[in-house]
Amino acid sequence: MTKIDAFLLRETAALEGTPKGAYNIRKNGRPDARNSTANIEIITKTDKPGIDIHIRPGTKQESVHIPVIITETGLSEMVYNDFFVGEDCDVDIVAGCGIHNAGSLDAQHDGLHTFYVGKNAKVRYVERHYGQGEGTGRRIMNPRTEVYLEEGASIQMETVQIRGVDSTRRYTKILVGKEAEAVITEKLLTHGRQLAESEMDVLLEGSGASGRIISRSVAQDQSEQVFYPRMIGQAPCFGHVQCDAILMGSAKIRAIPAITANHTDAQLIHEAAIGRIAGDQILKLMTLGLTEQEAEERILNGFLR
Amino acid sequence: MLELKNLSYQVDDGTGQLDILHNVSLTLEPHRFVVMTGPNGGGKTTLARAIMGLIRPTAGQILWNGADITPLSVTERAKMGISYGFQQPPRFKGMRVQDLLELAAGTGSLSRDECCQYLTRVGLCAADYVDREVDAALSGGEVKRIEIATILARKSGLMIFDEPEAGIDLWSFAKLTETFRALHARREATIIVISHQERIIDLADEIVMVSGGSIARHGPKDEIFPHILADTVAGCSYMRQAVSQ
Repeated sequence: MTKIDAFLLRETAALEGTPKGAYNIRKNGRPDARNSTANIEIITKTDKPGIDIHIRPGTKQESVHIPVIITETGLSEMVYNDFFVGEDCDVDIVAGCGIHNAGSLDAQHDGLHTFYVGKNAKVRYVERHYGQGEGTGRRIMNPRTEVYLEEGASIQMETVQIRGVDSTRRYTKILVGKEAEAVITEKLLTHGRQLAESEMDVLLEGSGASGRIISRSVAQDQSEQVFYPRMIGQAPCFGHVQCDAILMGSAKIRAIPAITANHTDAQLIHEAAIGRIAGDQILKLMTLGLTEQEAEERILNGFLR
Repeated sequence: MLELKNLSYQVDDGTGQLDILHNVSLTLEPHRFVVMTGPNGGGKTTLARAIMGLIRPTAGQILWNGADITPLSVTERAKMGISYGFQQPPRFKGMRVQDLLELAAGTGSLSRDECCQYLTRVGLCAADYVDREVDAALSGGEVKRIEIATILARKSGLMIFDEPEAGIDLWSFAKLTETFRALHARREATIIVISHQERIIDLADEIVMVSGGSIARHGPKDEIFPHILADTVAGCSYMRQAVSQ
């Protein structure tokens, strides 16, 4: 493992070296290292690039790490990863992609992650994206996530993209079954001339389903962001969409949240706010001895925590 | 020692120059408890903000312990030991009460116990608040008390509180006056409190009456306090009538 590999793993999967438990590390379009455990089996797909991850019913307090790192300029890939999470599981899944592009060609990682979450299973899913490299080639990531939650199942999905990714188009779709729960927390910081687009459909299909979308984003310089969070209530359910964005420099943000109730007992709420950092916030922190720049940093760090 | 010399602040209101502060001169000896009072819109908050550096006076000088701080930034003044509790404190999404107290203390990290001490002094049960975010989920009174706790954590030589009682319930207010009394008893800081509350005025060594952008009166509490009521009644024809009846 090179120094760059180790750094990318740390940024995308908070890993110091090889992870514990089950893992699959994909590097430059090829499987690099893998470990299955007694309860978690990772199998290479035969029909297309990607892996199937089977988690045995009742598996608790175990984790799967599947980071992707790209250090070759000009590499472009599309990967399909399917997760089959058995009933009554309680597991952590950490995915992420780090691109170090030192060349003049684009480096691109597209992926479709599909989760089939069994009855009463709990999944915490973290996906981090990070890009770096002195090359002029762009770093592009287009993740697509589909989640199917059976009765009583839940997913806490946290996606983080702080700096470095030139272009991203994200699509997330979650079908929430009876008494199931989906929580999506999205944190995004764009800068330079980066573009980011995030589209979500949370379908509350079963009685007692609940969904929550929390989006916190910061757009700096001339970057642009577009959000389409959509929550659809098809049954007695509860849904909440909350988008907060901070604008800096000459950045632009569009948020187009939609809530659709197709059942009289669907209770849906959306809140969206876009604005600069309030002058009073910076002044308050300056009265505590911070410089203007330090104050701004603290406010952004808190906001994206 | 705090010295204000011929401080003026004018703004352009579209029709011409408007005097917010006019030629204010004031000297406060170290470790005094000073209550600044007077009618709304009289210039108290502007004066306090000018001392903190949040606004730039259009003329005059501010000296803190002999040093001319007029050209200094807010940050520089904070580092020299001046602190100011906002009348309407801002809220921060994602910043916890503990984070704010740690920034205020400026010592890196604070233990839970230390945070608790500051919060208890403003009448908040620390266990309920330390991990909460200082966001819109807190009430006005809660944010206000957290604001006062940040000033206590700064341990500065000049503490300015802008209407600390605003939005605070009666029970917390009793706690607050007790905290101010204890703070003053230690004689470690000059304390300026902008207030209209008799119980806070009662703690003062000195009272400064600010009205119409000038200092109307300044002196020991016993000398100034009787004038406050008299001025209030005299300034209003209805009240004058009521008193004479």
